[in-house]
Amino acid sequence: MSKLNDLFAKELHVVNFGIESFYKDLESQRVPAVHVDWKPVAGGDKVAAGNLRKLKKPELLEKIQEANKEALRRILAAQPTIVGVGIAGEVIPGMTEDTILHAGPPITWDRMCGPQRGAVMGGLIYEGRAKDIAEAEKLAASGKIKFDPCHMHSAVGPMAGVVTYHMPVWILENKAFGNRAYCTFNEGLGKVLRFGACDEEVFERLRWMEKKLYPVLRDAMKLKGEIDVKVLISKLLQMGDEAHNRNEAGTSLLIRELVPSIMALDIPEQDKIDAFNFINGNNHTFLNISMPACKCTMDPIFDIPYCTVLATMCRNGTDFGIRIAGLGPNKWFTGPAEMVKGLYFPGFDECDAAPDLGDSCITETAGIGGFCMAAAPAIVQFVGGQVSDALNYSKTMYEITVGEGQSYKIPALDFRGSATGIDLLKVIETGIRPIINTGIAHKDYGVGQVGAGIVNPPEECFKKALAACAEEWA
Amino acid sequence: MVKLEIRKNAYYDSVTLMLISKDLKKLDGVKEALVGMGTDLNVEIAHNIGLATPEFDANVTSNDFFVAVECDSEEVFEAAQKKVEELLNKKSEQKESTYYPPTLEGAIKVDPDLNMAVISVPGKFAADVAQSCLDRDINVMLFSDNVTIEEEKALKEYAYAHELLVMGPDCGTAIINNIPLAFANVVPKGGIGMVCASGTGTQEVSSIIAQLGEGVSQVIGTGGRDLKKDIGGLMMKLGLDALINDPNTKVITLVSKPPAAEIASMILDIAKDAGKPVVVEFIGGDPKEIEAKGLIAAKSLEDAAHKAVALLRGEPLKDYVDFTMGNDKAEAMAKEIAGKMAKSQKYVRGFYTGGTLCDEAMKLMIDKLGHIYSNIPLHAEDKLENARTGPSKEHTFLDFGDDEFTVGRPHPMIDPSLRAERVITDGKDPECAVILCDCVIGYGSHEDPAADLSDAIRTAKAEAEKEGRYLCCVVEVCGTEGDPQCLSRTQKKLEDAGAVVLPSNAQATRFVERVLANLK
Repeated sequence: MSKLNDLFAKELHVVNFGIESFYKDLESQRVPAVHVDWKPVAGGDKVAAGNLRKLKKPELLEKIQEANKEALRRILAAQPTIVGVGIAGEVIPGMTEDTILHAGPPITWDRMCGPQRGAVMGGLIYEGRAKDIAEAEKLAASGKIKFDPCHMHSAVGPMAGVVTYHMPVWILENKAFGNRAYCTFNEGLGKVLRFGACDEEVFERLRWMEKKLYPVLRDAMKLKGEIDVKVLISKLLQMGDEAHNRNEAGTSLLIRELVPSIMALDIPEQDKIDAFNFINGNNHTFLNISMPACKCTMDPIFDIPYCTVLATMCRNGTDFGIRIAGLGPNKWFTGPAEMVKGLYFPGFDECDAAPDLGDSCITETAGIGGFCMAAAPAIVQFVGGQVSDALNYSKTMYEITVGEGQSYKIPALDFRGSATGIDLLKVIETGIRPIINTGIAHKDYGVGQVGAGIVNPPEECFKKALAACAEEWA
Repeated sequence: MVKLEIRKNAYYDSVTLMLISKDLKKLDGVKEALVGMGTDLNVEIAHNIGLATPEFDANVTSNDFFVAVECDSEEVFEAAQKKVEELLNKKSEQKESTYYPPTLEGAIKVDPDLNMAVISVPGKFAADVAQSCLDRDINVMLFSDNVTIEEEKALKEYAYAHELLVMGPDCGTAIINNIPLAFANVVPKGGIGMVCASGTGTQEVSSIIAQLGEGVSQVIGTGGRDLKKDIGGLMMKLGLDALINDPNTKVITLVSKPPAAEIASMILDIAKDAGKPVVVEFIGGDPKEIEAKGLIAAKSLEDAAHKAVALLRGEPLKDYVDFTMGNDKAEAMAKEIAGKMAKSQKYVRGFYTGGTLCDEAMKLMIDKLGHIYSNIPLHAEDKLENARTGPSKEHTFLDFGDDEFTVGRPHPMIDPSLRAERVITDGKDPECAVILCDCVIGYGSHEDPAADLSDAIRTAKAEAEKEGRYLCCVVEVCGTEGDPQCLSRTQKKLEDAGAVVLPSNAQATRFVERVLANLK
């Protein structure tokens, strides 16, 4: 009797690779069957497939899998918490008056996209370093200003992600590991600095945020002490948000945490009302909390040798950059930022868009945002999809992650934990790129947001990172 | 003109409204449109695109829903309002899409009990996919072709050692636990177990078994190269052993092209100790060694089915060389048809979608016809060059599933249109007497292969008639009553087009021989 005879006695369960109609035929006969949406490893790229084979040699693979398990453990153990607010120059490590932090991987002034240039010039004018655009442009190009990624300073910034010395920032701490992350206050939608707008209206708002909003939040947080962001994110996922492109529930939850303390402050009533209205009037307030929450969640995985988990994904509108935990924080792997597929505000179309921009995809890196699209089905309409597409986007991400969340759960998937810890090897193997929900900036500075949609990182950065891993470890 | 509708205190989701704005702009006569809640952002946009009239600024507040349209006329605005209403109330009626995992690991999460993989990915990737399944203890049916013989050997050696199946590469047909896989027919459960190295040959034998009222226990495919020396018949051996041990299998049938001599001996030696009757059909091969080992040799695929059924029923064995309709009736029909033909009509053209069926037909007829020109000739000198685009020559048989015909196209059993065109082309040839075709139904095949073929037959026959000729079209339908396309429905469709429809490939060739023999 061979094992084949055992098969004859069992119910056949078929997996189908390739021609879909073979699966449909089985399905129509009610035979248990699964169709695999198969793609060649690394899209058929021989070099990448070769590197993958080297890294998957049993002895090395075991080390990698152990390292990735440890990374997942740390990600899931994180306790992101708002511990206060501060002024960038006073709290962000390495910040100087000549430093401008920006979103995405390292970039020089001459390669910056329109909205990032606009935001840099706006930042210089806001800081009083230039009196107008012309002067700001000259100063930016002069070499006197040090441009550095937010990510190299424990910070993150949405869209252009520009942080200058005097901007107020949220301070988050990962209580489990003691590391901190910083992010500016969200300015709202429309003509705002992060989309590259740089006129008097923008500066006026930024100055009000520094002079009026900041003291209110600072004193309120002193009264409040701390706010556990992990709890807020767990809740908002059950309220239709995914904490990247939809932050309505998150912002509401934040207000519930803040308002009693604001009310208790001994300051003019009008200042309280203004602060409250500003936060209330901006659905994306919470984005600038969820981003540093994810940032301080991911940073502790950097020192794990052989770890192939993505510690960072970010973009500057020119390049998309990733960092691999096991290769350390100083190695960036980049490819050209892609155009966002999405829905445009009336009056705009694809021709107006800047390529993919901002540090906000730190949310996807940590397992929320696009990875939780199934929790925020309203988002899927941006790309003309149906609710079932949102479910499928989230389900697909389990194919490229090390594991699943314990706190961040998706109701529509029977409260399954969200796909967490993107594994470079799985991305290459499956050809599935992480899905990112994002806003779309106008390609010219000064205009602002023109739409929203979904986007993927370019394949190139993954292939480069894979080659580096193979060179280092194999 | 700019027109405005305001609904006080109405709320709609902003994304829905953005989509509606986009759709409105597509209406004739609409220059610009904005549908939204009166948020600061939307008010700003309305100003930017010239829709903010004084009326707008005076009336729209953040709790209001508005429709602002720049359009040619009142009528256009009314149409736009109607469109808004329609889109706001639109219900999604599309079916929920099934989730297809992208990897084997993902598939195992969906169903941890997977035990059979059907693989039809491009050949250069197929071996890797197959090995990953074997690693997970999953049996493999490898439909893909262009898998190298080295890859096949490695896969089968691994599989044989682990008692797993690798059916293929280039295996089109299998029925495991009565589940038809890829190209296979609906055959009832029964006592005949088959191991086969040919695709349509397997379909022919299993379908005729079903037509005779019996059924199959297992139909195991091996792929065409399994009985070559390099592979050593590993899967034939594994399959044969399993059928010998299978209590549900009472009679075993082996089907293959003639194998390498030592492999044939090895297989036949196992078969002779099977302890149950074994019918062997080495298509066109020498029956001597088979009979010398005390096994039953078949004369054709059809004969293999008849003999297996006779053995199962304990009936006396005889070579089946008859016509189901009756030999006298067939002879009379052939004579009548031949009598209607013009002097110029001399040759048969066989146009096949099934490779094994084409091969079998040529082998059954070669003694009578002398030369048969083909893209898969029996003798090298009869090779028809440029078979796809060039003309036929005398007696010509074409396998439309051969590489030359499938470059950039699906297999002819899925898309038989090229074959249908050829029926029409050759029908115009004054030397063409008979066109012989197969029509293979069952799972995997085109949903109605008889439709295309019967149209072509009708056209070809009519055009020949106009030229004063009588064109005979003979079709064998390979399939069963239970197939999705249904055997009798398919036969009727072809008969209605004027074809002579026969229940097996062997009978079809016998009938063609009768027609040719009766020509003046």
